[in-house]
Amino acid sequence: MAEINSLDNQKKLSLIAFSGDFDKLTAVFTLATGAAAVGYEVNIFFTFWGLDAIKQKKGRSFIGGNWLTKIFGFMMGGISKAPNSRFNFFGIGPKIFRYLMKKNNVATLEELVDAAIALNVNIYACEMAMHILGLQKGDFIHELKDVLGVSTFLDISKGGQTLFI
Amino acid sequence: MNHTLDITKEHCPMTFVKTKLELAKLQKGEILEVLLSEGEPLNNVPRSATEQGFEVLSIEHVEGTTHKVTIKK
Repeated sequence: MAEINSLDNQKKLSLIAFSGDFDKLTAVFTLATGAAAVGYEVNIFFTFWGLDAIKQKKGRSFIGGNWLTKIFGFMMGGISKAPNSRFNFFGIGPKIFRYLMKKNNVATLEELVDAAIALNVNIYACEMAMHILGLQKGDFIHELKDVLGVSTFLDISKGGQTLFI
Repeated sequence: MNHTLDITKEHCPMTFVKTKLELAKLQKGEILEVLLSEGEPLNNVPRSATEQGFEVLSIEHVEGTTHKVTIKK
């Protein structure tokens, strides 16, 4: 997690969600919802593995433009199949995390996504990564605000804080 | 009309999220009473409400670590 730029006194947070890992996506949505709830404008730019978080299909599915990207899409899975960045243990790790989160009354990843939507967090997808992975705008949740390139995202995030996760 | 929200069992960021979403449901002039715990929620929920243009009418100790923050929209 590295801060790219920051300017004090700006109520804007932009997140580049590169990772599709369960724990890192939880960090993305925790920061996003927390910031939105205290009055920040929040933008999330999903790219590469991070695109998994905003697919309509939450589990594994053959989404893609050709046989190769369809297999890739299946292997990536969806948000419900997101692996841990550490201690994944063939998918048992995220299940343990989900159990611990519920047991300790901490919002789960899915609840955080719902909260981000309710708080009108701006959700963007990376045009280039979508092209590589054979994904269409219709493959994503309806709350996807737009499909962007780097230049537009930099323009949107200008004047606030930007984090890469 | 007064509304009540209990976030004593919630943790960050849902303390802020639930307060914000509940305040969004209120009409201008309505009151929200938020029951919350000491620490992060008590320190920051009233502050963020004020920053967003809401009026914090009172902060009262209820019992133990629970406090009641009254916010006017």
